[in-house]
Amino acid sequence: MSLTRQDVAKVGMLARLALTEADLERMTGELSKIVNFVSQLSELDTAAVEPLAHPLESRNVFREDVPAPSLSTEQALANAPRQDGSCFLVPAVLGESGAA
Amino acid sequence: MTAHANSAAEPYTIVIGLEVHVQLQTKTKLFCGCSTTFGSPPNTQVCPTCLGLPGSLPVMNRQAFDLALRAALALDCQIARFTKWDRKNYFYPDLPKGYQISQYDLPFSHSGQLEVVDPKGAFSRRVRITRVHLEEDAGKSMHDEAAGTADTRIDLNRAGTPLCEIVSEPDLRSPQEARAWLNELKLLLVYLGVSDCNMQEGSLRVDANVNLHIPRGDGTVAKTPIVEIKNMNSFRSVERALIYEAARQFEEWQATGAELGSAPKQTRGWDDPAGVTRGQRAKEESSDYRYFPEPDLVPVTVSEEQLAAVRGEMGEPPTVLRQALADRWTITPYDADVLVNQGRDLVAYFEELATLAKDGKVASNWMQQDVLRTLNERGGTIGEFPVRPAAVADILGRIALGDFDTSRGREIFAAVLESGKTVADVVASLGIAAVDDAELESLCRELIAANPKIVADVQGGKEQAAAGLIGQAKKKNPNVNPGKVRAMCLTLIKQLG
Repeated sequence: MSLTRQDVAKVGMLARLALTEADLERMTGELSKIVNFVSQLSELDTAAVEPLAHPLESRNVFREDVPAPSLSTEQALANAPRQDGSCFLVPAVLGESGAA
Repeated sequence: MTAHANSAAEPYTIVIGLEVHVQLQTKTKLFCGCSTTFGSPPNTQVCPTCLGLPGSLPVMNRQAFDLALRAALALDCQIARFTKWDRKNYFYPDLPKGYQISQYDLPFSHSGQLEVVDPKGAFSRRVRITRVHLEEDAGKSMHDEAAGTADTRIDLNRAGTPLCEIVSEPDLRSPQEARAWLNELKLLLVYLGVSDCNMQEGSLRVDANVNLHIPRGDGTVAKTPIVEIKNMNSFRSVERALIYEAARQFEEWQATGAELGSAPKQTRGWDDPAGVTRGQRAKEESSDYRYFPEPDLVPVTVSEEQLAAVRGEMGEPPTVLRQALADRWTITPYDADVLVNQGRDLVAYFEELATLAKDGKVASNWMQQDVLRTLNERGGTIGEFPVRPAAVADILGRIALGDFDTSRGREIFAAVLESGKTVADVVASLGIAAVDDAELESLCRELIAANPKIVADVQGGKEQAAAGLIGQAKKKNPNVNPGKVRAMCLTLIKQLG
């Protein structure tokens, strides 16, 4: 299996990477190698193997619904490239927000 | 399922599925101990975990999971014995980790249903629930559009708040049904303490998927492309948006003939002031989210004991309560529906009143005509309503004894509400004293003597003419009971021969 340039361009767009023509060329080759390496796994018959949801065996790890201290706004914003003392500032975005 | 007659008899069937997000009523977020209180100053309820800082790890809130289970059980869902979480990857500034922790292929519940029955019998619809899953909310982006090029400000207080996503099958067949079903869903979730479902505060958000099935002359059916509508801020908006969108799709289909499958699913936003939907960006395909299992959370298994415990804490859902009220107090299903739809506290008020007054029907009438109407005018909650059930029952008791009639009772109710005094004090201060029988008799004799024409009419068989005497009696003494005046006058007239 080999990836096309379009596949790589699309993955790059989804990851918000600005790939140059040269990047695309190089990565199409490299990514194809990685995919081919991993696809060796499909040679195995896994029909009788239960899918693994998590490498750890533990289950049902919960915390109680008890409030814990939050950071101060100052601490929370300390590493922001731009902020106004109460909010993070980012270049204007229009359109929907909220969980999809 | 009864067939729903399309009110406007459109030449098509509207097919609607809903996707509802509700915030769960927890004290803290889904994966950290930050508060979920609404309305705090921006970025005061954030920590390394919900800010997505490197090295932080999520730990699941047990109460959030239990509330989500409660919602799913109330919606008649199958509960998965094994469930896990996944990362849904997309970039948006209000999503600090660059992914949302959600559930993809193994949601904790699926295959439920919720029925909505119109109390006036216009429709009844059983809507299948595809799935209910538990995920985290994003933060809030604020953009001052008037400022044009200004920055977007990001508040992450909401980021990480627990959300239940409820996805229905496309089983709704009219905008009215969709609105009624949402009301029923909200009522259920509020009754069970799952969510406050406050749309103004964003605790409940609805997206709608809609298309049309249009029968052609040759017996085949044309299906229009599915549109997802977003940005609806009230159930009324949902109804309006669906009415608009159905008409728009029909027009577009007549103009272009475009059918399902000819274009990718379109997302349109509802513009409430303008009353129209407008096209938004093309919806990312689900593979574009590059879901993969969340390595930072271990899976959850659910035991029978745990399910039994959650069921035990659930309380009576609205459907059961409606039936119970109708049976217990012999009131109509319509009356039970009105009371139950006002919430659990109002039902408690009603039951206390009905018990004290020993009459469900009268209590229900007073709830709807007096208590509810006044409550709606004044605002506030039934818990804060100044006239308590005991006072209303006191008034009803005095009416039953014949101390005064219902309209006088209403005046007393209003005066108790206004003054905050007891019923007894109000009765005394209004000079309402029970009129004794001797007093009543002398008043009636006086009236009979003064109204020979009415007396003649009654003697001629027109008993309703006695109404004229009642009116005069009330003028002379506002405390008289009209029923008693009538009975006394008729008796005295008969004695005259």
